[in-house]
Formats: sequence, structure tokens, C-alpha cells
Amino acid sequence: MTEDNPILVYKDVAKIYKGGNVAVEHINLTIHKGDFVCLIGTSGSGKTTTMRMINRMLEPTSGEILFNGEDIHTSDPVTLRRHIGYVIQNIGLMPHMTIYENITLVPKLLKWPDDKRREKAEELIKLVELPKEFLDRYPSELSGGQQQRVGVIRALAANQDLILMDEPFGALDPITRESLQELVKNLQEKLGKTVVFVTHDMDEALKLATKIVVMDGGHIIQDASPEEILRHPANQFVEELIGAERLIQARADVTTVDQIMLKNPVSITPGRSLGEAIRLMRKRRVDTLLVTDDEGYLKGFIDVESLDNNYSRATSVSDILNTKIFYVASDTLLRDTVDRILKRGLKYVPVVDKAGKLLGIVTRAALVDMVYDTIWGDNGDGGDDDNDDTSQPATDDVTGVAAGHNLATDTPTDHKEA
Amino acid sequence: MIDFLNAHGSELVTKTWEQLYISAIALLLGIVVAVPLGIILTRFPKTAKVVISIASMLQTVPSLALLALMIPIFGIGKLPAVVALFIYSLLPILRNTYIGMEDVDPVLKDSAKGMGMTNLQSITQVEVPMAMPVIMAGIRLSAVYVIAWATLASYIGAGGLGDLIFSGLNLFQPDLIIGGTIPVTLLALLVDYLLGKLEKRLTPINQRS
Repeated sequence: MTEDNPILVYKDVAKIYKGGNVAVEHINLTIHKGDFVCLIGTSGSGKTTTMRMINRMLEPTSGEILFNGEDIHTSDPVTLRRHIGYVIQNIGLMPHMTIYENITLVPKLLKWPDDKRREKAEELIKLVELPKEFLDRYPSELSGGQQQRVGVIRALAANQDLILMDEPFGALDPITRESLQELVKNLQEKLGKTVVFVTHDMDEALKLATKIVVMDGGHIIQDASPEEILRHPANQFVEELIGAERLIQARADVTTVDQIMLKNPVSITPGRSLGEAIRLMRKRRVDTLLVTDDEGYLKGFIDVESLDNNYSRATSVSDILNTKIFYVASDTLLRDTVDRILKRGLKYVPVVDKAGKLLGIVTRAALVDMVYDTIWGDNGDGGDDDNDDTSQPATDDVTGVAAGHNLATDTPTDHKEA
Repeated sequence: MIDFLNAHGSELVTKTWEQLYISAIALLLGIVVAVPLGIILTRFPKTAKVVISIASMLQTVPSLALLALMIPIFGIGKLPAVVALFIYSLLPILRNTYIGMEDVDPVLKDSAKGMGMTNLQSITQVEVPMAMPVIMAGIRLSAVYVIAWATLASYIGAGGLGDLIFSGLNLFQPDLIIGGTIPVTLLALLVDYLLGKLEKRLTPINQRS
């Protein structure tokens, strides 16, 4: 992230329609490379207008927008748009083109040679975990979620650095939406893209954004990181947008997984025998063992059920290893993890670092502690009995919630028994 | 039947050919003018209303009157007939092209533009393929009209199967009337069928119903 070279700068931008209808006014905003910016607001707040001025789908009435330091007004709109990814709510895949043709639409406009386009399409479709055969299908043969995955990679196909997304997941069901949010977030981090994302869903913004821009009535009300927005909502409007409930949950919103995970999960290497595995389970009183290799990279898990079923046939842990394991990165927000554990009915979630090394585990028991603190901590009594000294960073600042009182001041970080 | 074919067989072939020839030229001209015009009009919605009203008005002029009106300008023969039929073919093609293009999902147009297609690329690669079934429906409708009305062109000396029919009327010979009418009908049906085939080929694979 080069702080000195913002990818996008709005300088006092306004869009005023004939008859004096102000769509947006006094927009000043700086977006750096690698930012994930969410424009959030109610309908008519001007968030989509603000976004659509970037690729000149709308022309600002006054002010200027700099893209990579150049005034976009001086560049050819067609060329500009080919260098900015664009994803819209209704997906907008061309129904008469195959998935391949859709993905490589912009590269084709840019006159890439055939083999380079084919290569790119195959690389991208792999990136969103769709089978290669889909390239020859038509959009109508894909589900909504699959189509929007294609919509996302279409915006990346010409190596655009900046991607605009206009409520891209608004029409999807919650589970599909969640998986696409993860996908986009991962892609954005992995590829270092800058994303400007319009949404009216605060959960979505909190989950994805590195910077949230709250808009109302054509003005920017607040422009800050998600943590900052939760801790210091600029005014009543922002508070309402966040919702009292979320402010109470704010501590879960800013706590990351590694702050509450158990740091010594019970693990075993694939080479061990099943006898050793069952002894370890018994010793530690657990029914599941996480399996890691010698360097500590997470490989999967084994549970007592499969161990029991296969005891006579299998000899080593690797024989019954289940690699379909769901895990989270250590810097994931706890809020998201809670969602996952509850929605998917998981008993636990292993925590890994960026390289895939096992760091710890979040169990349901750990969540109970957190929920307990959230509920009782808010009343200022009953909950905060005792605990260790790690004060949770966000809590001291969360004021103005329902009870008008500070949230709990302590966070349990050390759960010995799970 | 055999007698009729013996007596009028070669005439029938020539007249059918004339009928087809007049109609085809008029229709081709209609397509060449009305399709691009319809497409351009989608970029100028205000002008579009005026132009389509004018085309509708022309459509209401009785066909025989229109043919007669051509005589002072183009004299008699094939030329005035082709011009008159061309005018008739305009409206269905123009209107369907315009409606077809207008009805293309705005999301797709927005998407095409947002990805950096030029106006022309958006038209040729997205809007026309999507509008193709509607445009073709207009062309098929025009084709049937034009073939049927080309019969009247015989009045202003353009030839065609109308010659047989009018001779039959004048000479009180029903076999001539029927012998002229049936080929017209068959011709119209055949052309409609062939254009239907063409429509299928031009429509993007997965948009075919």
C-alpha cells in the first residue's frame, strides 16, 4: 500500500441534475491501492452515483476525479472502462455468449491473442473454484451464485487494478452471498486489487471493507475503517445504520479469532498409528484430533467415529484422514467465525496462520464465554466477575449503546478447558 | 390441371419469377434501410417517435392508391412497383427493429458499456444478437405482405402473377385466377419458411426457443 500514491482521488466532486436535483455534493475521498472501500447508505444516498462517476458511466457536474494521478476527464471513457473492472447487481453476463466469451470479453476488446485469452480464462475459472468445462456453457446453465462468480472474474480478466462492484451480491441467498463475500475478499487480498464496493448491508461492509464510506443525502457522513466506525460513529445516522444491536456486538466485531482461540489444540501427525491416536483422545478427553504434518501445517482431522469404524482395516492416521476441514485465518474477525460456527453447526473451527500452519482452535465453549461477557458485560454487573488482564481494545470506546454504558472491559483469552 | 399447366406452364414460371424478383428487391431495400434506421433511432428516442409515426401513416395509404401515386413519379413498370412495395415493407421492419433493440435488458447495455465496449461494439455484439428474433419477425411479416401485394403491381405494368389473376378476372376464367393465386400463397409460405430457418441461424444458440 503506497500511501503516497492513491489510486483514486475525488476532489470536491458534485453531480447535480437539471432542475437542481443534487445527487452528490462535496465528495472528497482518497482511495489507496489495495483498499477495499465500501460505499454504504440508504437508497438515494448517492453511493451508486459516486461509484459510477469513476468509470465515467456518469459525468460529474463539477470537481475532478484522479485515477492513478490522472484526471479521468482527460482520458477516453472507453479505454478507461477497459482498465477498470465492473461488476453489477444483476450480474450482466451476456446470455448469448459462452462463459469463456464472457470472461474474455474485455481482453478481446483489448485485442489479446487467442491463446493468451484461453490461458487467462482457465486460470481465472480455477480461481473461483468452478470446473473448466463451464467455459463452454452458457450463463443460463449456471446457478445465480456461479454466474456471479463468473461476473467477478470477468472484472479481473484484463488485469484491472481497480474493480467497481455495485451491490453485486444483493440478489443472492444468504449462504451463496456469504461464500461469494469470502471469495471476493480472498481474491482481493491475494491479488492486491483495489475494490470500490457499493452496498446497503452493514454486515457486508463490516466484513469486507478496509474502509467504509457512509453516505446520506448525497454527502459523505463518515469515512473510516470498520473498527473506527463501530467505535466512533460520527452521528446518529451512522449509529442507526450500524444498529444498536451491532454496537453491542461491536466487541465481537473487532475481536479477531486469535484473541480468543485455544492455543494448544490437540493434534497428531499422519504417520502415527490409530492406537496412538485413540490414546491421545482419551488422555485429552476429546473426540476429534486435528492432523498436522511435522511442520505444523494443517492437513485435516480424524474423529472417534471414523476411527472406530476403520480400526480393523486401517493402521495409521493418514488412512482415515478427513481432509475436508473448515478453518479460519487467525486474523479473521470473531463475528464472522461465530456466524460460521452457528450456521454450519460446527463444533469447532481450527485457526491457521497465512501459510496454513495450525495455531489454535475456536470451540463452542469459547463462544459461550464471549456471548456471556457480551450480555452480562453490558449491564456492568454479573458478567465481569474476574478475568485476566487483557483488556479488549474496542470496548472502552463503545459508548452510546442501548444502556448508555460501557461494554465489558475484559475478554477471556485463556480457555484451558474446552 | 395438366391442361392448365400445358397451356400456361412457361408463363407461370416467368410470372412467379417476376413476382419473386420484385418482392425480393423491395424487401432487401426495406431491410437495408429500416434495420439500420431502427438501430440508429434507439439512440434518438425523440426522433424515433416522429419517424415511426410517419412510417405508420405511409402504411395506412391503400396499396392500390400508393401504386397509382407512383406512376406520376416513376412512370409504369417494375420501378414504381418496387418503390411502393419498399415503402410498405419499411414499417414492420422499422418498428420491430426499434422495439427489439429497446427491449434488450438495460442491464446488458450497462454491462457492455461499463466494460468498455464502444457504442458500435455494444450494438453489433450485444444488442443486435439479442434483438435478432424480434427483428427477424418484422422481416418475415414484411416479406409475406410484400409478396402478397406484389400481385397488385401488375396493374401498373410490373408483371408478376397478378397478370394471370387480372387476365382471369377480365376473361372470366377462374382457372387463371386460381392458377395465379396458388403460386402467390405458396411463394409467401415458402419465403416465410426460409426466413424462419435464417432466423434460427442468426439467433444466438441459447436464445433459440
